[in-house]
Amino acid sequence: MAHQSALIETDIEAYLDAQENKSFLRFLTCGSVDDGKSTLIGRLLYDSKLIFEDQLAALEADSKKLGTQGDDFDFALLVDGLAAEREQGITIDVAYRFFSTDKRKFIVADTPGHEQYTRNMATGASTADVAIILVDARKGMLTQTRRHSYIASLLGIKHVIVAINKMDLVDYSEETFNEIEVAYREFAAQLNFSTIKCIPVSALKGANITVPSPDDTPWYKGPALLQELEEIEVDGEAAGQPFRFPVQWVNRPNLDFRGFSGTIAGGTVKVGDDVIVMPSASRSKVERIVTANGDLEEAQTGQSVTLTLEDEVDVSRGDVICGGQVPSLISDQFAAHLLWMREEEMLPGRQYYMKIHNKLVSASVSDLKHKVNVNTLEQQAGKTLELNEVGVCNISLDQAIAYDPYAENKDTGSFILIDRRTNETVGVGMLDFSLRRAQNVVWQELKVDKETRAEQKHQKPAVLWFTGLSGSGKSTIANLVEQKLYDRGRHTYTLDGDNVRHGLNKDLGFTDVDRVENIRRVGEASKLMVDAGLIVLVSFISPFISERRLARRLVDENEFIEIFVNTSLELCEQRDPKGLYKKARAGEIKNFTGIDSDYEAPEAAEIEVKTDELSAEEAADQIIHYLESNGYLSAR
Amino acid sequence: MRALTHLERLEAESIHIIREVAAACENPVMLYSIGKDSAVMLHLAMKAFYPSKPPFPLMHVDTTWKFREMIEFRDKVAERYGLDLIVHTNQEGVAQGVGPFSHGSQLHTQIMKTDALKQALDKYKFDAAFGGARRDEEKSRAKERIFSFRSEQHRWDPKNQRPELWSLYNTRMHPGESLRVFPISNWTELDIWQYIHKEKIDIVPLYYSAKRPVVERDGQLIMVDDDRMKLADGEEPEMKSVRFRTLGCYPLTGAVESEAATLPEIIQEMLLTTSSERQGRMIDHDAAASMEKKKQEGYF
Repeated sequence: MAHQSALIETDIEAYLDAQENKSFLRFLTCGSVDDGKSTLIGRLLYDSKLIFEDQLAALEADSKKLGTQGDDFDFALLVDGLAAEREQGITIDVAYRFFSTDKRKFIVADTPGHEQYTRNMATGASTADVAIILVDARKGMLTQTRRHSYIASLLGIKHVIVAINKMDLVDYSEETFNEIEVAYREFAAQLNFSTIKCIPVSALKGANITVPSPDDTPWYKGPALLQELEEIEVDGEAAGQPFRFPVQWVNRPNLDFRGFSGTIAGGTVKVGDDVIVMPSASRSKVERIVTANGDLEEAQTGQSVTLTLEDEVDVSRGDVICGGQVPSLISDQFAAHLLWMREEEMLPGRQYYMKIHNKLVSASVSDLKHKVNVNTLEQQAGKTLELNEVGVCNISLDQAIAYDPYAENKDTGSFILIDRRTNETVGVGMLDFSLRRAQNVVWQELKVDKETRAEQKHQKPAVLWFTGLSGSGKSTIANLVEQKLYDRGRHTYTLDGDNVRHGLNKDLGFTDVDRVENIRRVGEASKLMVDAGLIVLVSFISPFISERRLARRLVDENEFIEIFVNTSLELCEQRDPKGLYKKARAGEIKNFTGIDSDYEAPEAAEIEVKTDELSAEEAADQIIHYLESNGYLSAR
Repeated sequence: MRALTHLERLEAESIHIIREVAAACENPVMLYSIGKDSAVMLHLAMKAFYPSKPPFPLMHVDTTWKFREMIEFRDKVAERYGLDLIVHTNQEGVAQGVGPFSHGSQLHTQIMKTDALKQALDKYKFDAAFGGARRDEEKSRAKERIFSFRSEQHRWDPKNQRPELWSLYNTRMHPGESLRVFPISNWTELDIWQYIHKEKIDIVPLYYSAKRPVVERDGQLIMVDDDRMKLADGEEPEMKSVRFRTLGCYPLTGAVESEAATLPEIIQEMLLTTSSERQGRMIDHDAAASMEKKKQEGYF
């Protein structure tokens, strides 16, 4: 591993001292196989002498067996790690590569470029300071160039190096280079990069990779790629930020010590600084900055330390200790950019776990505003997100958390969504802003009423009143509907004969008078539940129009949805699940609806379910569809 | 303030990872293999929780074929740090007399290392195990997550890994499933040596050159560490100045001839050398995808 320094041989101690002060850079390479991305990384490793003889021997053997470069080394084979990747000649996953020069240590995230690997590129971009975007000089700006640039920008990368590659195949033409540079800068004006550097290279031939190649590109006066990577300044950006310290672990070795361990996510902190703990907003001062190598006077972004505070304040994992002057924000409803990572599509309304800094909360996507076409950056309408799709959406949490917009702090503004059943990471996102006005330290005083309770549950409360003959399928359908609502994270309750007749109404029989009183009580109970913000499913024969009207009048307009489960008497009698029709026909039960008591069919039910034509499952879907299209399943 | 150096950044990242496991997992364990990478990982764990002690035990999977000096060093370290040390050996393997000489490196590794590890994880119901693997060691490791999810059967599925963005690690699991966590994923061999130098971390003396009895076998210098090593005709142990760049089971770990007897000399030798570190380790010489396959079966 021949590092360039002559000190290694002459004075190893001096060399080691110098090496200890090396800086650090993480960068991302984006491009597809065709752009020569793997070749570029292989070349960087090779030219900085980081390939050992035994690796070189393996490479030589692999190149003969699988290579695409004739007798030359196929550097792509060095970096494609998984067996499937070497066989198919593609890069599937993110791979991390390491190399260092005398000035800097580098971590390279090597990510695939095809559209179906957008998620992998985002993964690599999430920790990178710089993106190298490869452009094939023969082809110029392509769809993928736009896509790679957009994703880099979306993930907050500020510095871009456009490596215009395969210059050897266009005779190192200055004109070609200039055309591509102009086109790129024009396009990138709509993105959020702070620096853009274009460099003409040939990864295969090594032109302008480690040192400038004036023989090939006499017209190019800038640095070689590696020189640019060594010089580019990315530190210091975090230093001016407000202090952020997400608490990871409460450190309590004994009763005399109570510290908060974590990694500083923004700004700096000094002993004696005023701090405010979010979201509780309790204040204190920094007493000590503890590390195993002794206490520090001051610490900065990126350091993992343990803080103790002067006061006994309540601090737990997931809280954020902030600079006293500029606390983080708090909210439970956000607008966010979301990138979907799994084959199973995103379901609005479903409850996911959200992990944001050290906090795990329940979250649901309440509304997808629009999707973003990653190739054209255009907004597109859509109801859901599929694998690799990016969208702007509203997200609701079950509790308020401390956060910053992603644009201001990546560590306190980024999150992942986890499926509650499979525990897979299904989506990743970046918080844009809070949807609540009162988002700062002082909470707006809220009156707790029907509206606020409903808002908390992200739904419109309503009564789903199932009416129909005995055996028509009301309860079966109501149960399916409740299951489906539950799966979507809705808050529901079902009132039916089973849980009402045995308790609240056990003093009532089946005379007409008792039937009316029965329905009145059920109506009042459902009114209370609507007031509590629930979606109430009522499943009663409720044969009389007037009682159903009475129940309807107890709640507001649009809060009563009458569902007529229309099944013919013949069919109900045929099914006779509880043997009641038989008993009624035999005269053992009196006042049985349809036999010796009337059933008054609704004249204008909101929904009519014809069970002769639909299965119970289809009927449930019909009802869910109605609720969806009439806005019952979204907030407010 | 001055910018953080690369070692300070790596240290902070590793500490963050180690703390995250302690905070989010129920029953973690740190696999301690006694080598230099384990020494660094343990040192980082001591730093991560200071002034508390790491809230998890150390575990060594002992194949019974480790260098004697490694075992002495292990016990000394556990005592000095005041940590619980679990030593697990596959007793079925011992009963069957499994060893590298009689059964070959592959079967020995499978039974005494991979199977033993799985036994131990099941026995103690650990839901997270730290390992000292680095991404620069081997190609399939370069693609493994820092928090690497394992099924109930301890299998790794390289094509279905959880996305790992920012420093947000998904630690959710069902009972029986587990995580292998690699806090020093992003360190290179050079980083490890520089850090050992900077932090004055104690390492097994076998890394330093000394006169040791070795025989040359299949192009490797094998140290005769005990009398279980049967010498072939014409083999005569020779005292040579050798050291080890990597430590495993003694019959499977080749020594290199060297005069490097101090840490700076070791680093100097490494920087001037021309072969990568795992060359001395025989198990990696199998087919290109062998490590990937071993990892899928549950090897660290």
